[in-house]
Amino acid sequence: MKAKHQRLILALVALAALIGAGLLAASALKDEAAYFYAPGDVKAKGVEPGKAIRLGGMVVKGSLKRAADGVTMFFDVTDGKATVPATFSGIAPDLFKEGSGVVAEGSFDAKGTFIATNLLAKHDERYMPRELEGMSYNETTRQLQVDQ
Amino acid sequence: MPYWPCRARAAKDAALMHRFANPARFLKIARPLTGWLFWSGLVLLLAGCTCGLFVTPADYLQGQTVRILYIHVPAAWLGMAGWTGIAVSALMQLVWRHPLAAVAGRAIAAPGALFTAICLATGSIWGRPTWGTWWEWDGRMTSMLVLLFLYLGYIALANASARQGAGQGGVSNVTAIFGLVGAINIPIINRSVVWWNSLHQGPSITLRGSSIDMALLWPLGLTLLGFSLWFGAIVLMRMRAILAQNKVEARMQRLARG
Repeated sequence: MKAKHQRLILALVALAALIGAGLLAASALKDEAAYFYAPGDVKAKGVEPGKAIRLGGMVVKGSLKRAADGVTMFFDVTDGKATVPATFSGIAPDLFKEGSGVVAEGSFDAKGTFIATNLLAKHDERYMPRELEGMSYNETTRQLQVDQ
Repeated sequence: MPYWPCRARAAKDAALMHRFANPARFLKIARPLTGWLFWSGLVLLLAGCTCGLFVTPADYLQGQTVRILYIHVPAAWLGMAGWTGIAVSALMQLVWRHPLAAVAGRAIAAPGALFTAICLATGSIWGRPTWGTWWEWDGRMTSMLVLLFLYLGYIALANASARQGAGQGGVSNVTAIFGLVGAINIPIINRSVVWWNSLHQGPSITLRGSSIDMALLWPLGLTLLGFSLWFGAIVLMRMRAILAQNKVEARMQRLARG
């Protein structure tokens, strides 16, 4: 066997071992590396009240209600498997709206309501012009509106 | 050495691979190719950026911020393609002792790091209005930051373990091994949004098609191709600079010997 072939076999074995190690590490990280809990995960595994977590999912359409103080809002978060009620006081990002993705940082209270201390809007992989969605964007009010 | 047909074929294969191992032959092709790649890349990427800024409509949800896509996506692709190139040239350097592979590895590192940094910066600028945060430690962002650190580590290691003398402009073998090991991060970056819950959205363009509407997608093709050609031109320029440096080094040594 020539030295060149020895080096090739050695490199391929090392590469295979490396990929194996990487895959093992990635599968071990599977749950730990998740950025947020989905409501289904919360229901399946249970999260104790007061533990700081992130909750991610869709804001249920028609569930968003604002309190009289103008900054507190109540909404439901769902991932299709479970739905969790949540509340947040503060300024939400522009893209936070019903039917859209959200990642909330905070913790559950004793009654199972998620008290969010910070809201992040999660964008999905769809990109399209407004005309297609039947919406347009008002530059002055910075609001989306449905075209008639 | 007795003549064997199979040996003759192996020799022919090797000859094909080592065709461009000769720097003079490589330079003969690289010299005119550099200009072609540079100028055609520049025209395409400027056309793509102009169309992306002024011609395409705004996104239904993100509004004008969607336009950063035309820089962000090519930068991410080139950051990852650059390391893939480093890994391939590392394999060729370690197994076949290809003399130009070590030079290619060194030439790719700096532009690869630059595009990775551009990807992180544009992503951060986009994240502030879209997500409401500059930075979050989710799978995609963290693995991309790791790629930037890998590039910086590669450059530092290449400089620290550089061999002295003529014909030594490439990276050392230990740097090549580092380049090969670091390649494990590339599939992790690619799969990070599929394996784990992440703030970064899932892949928009897959084998099954694109969830980016055609009206927004087409300038991305221009900038992707344009930046890629440009990247190729930068790599060729740097390889030629390293080979020229080698030549100077060799001449100086000859002069010193008298």
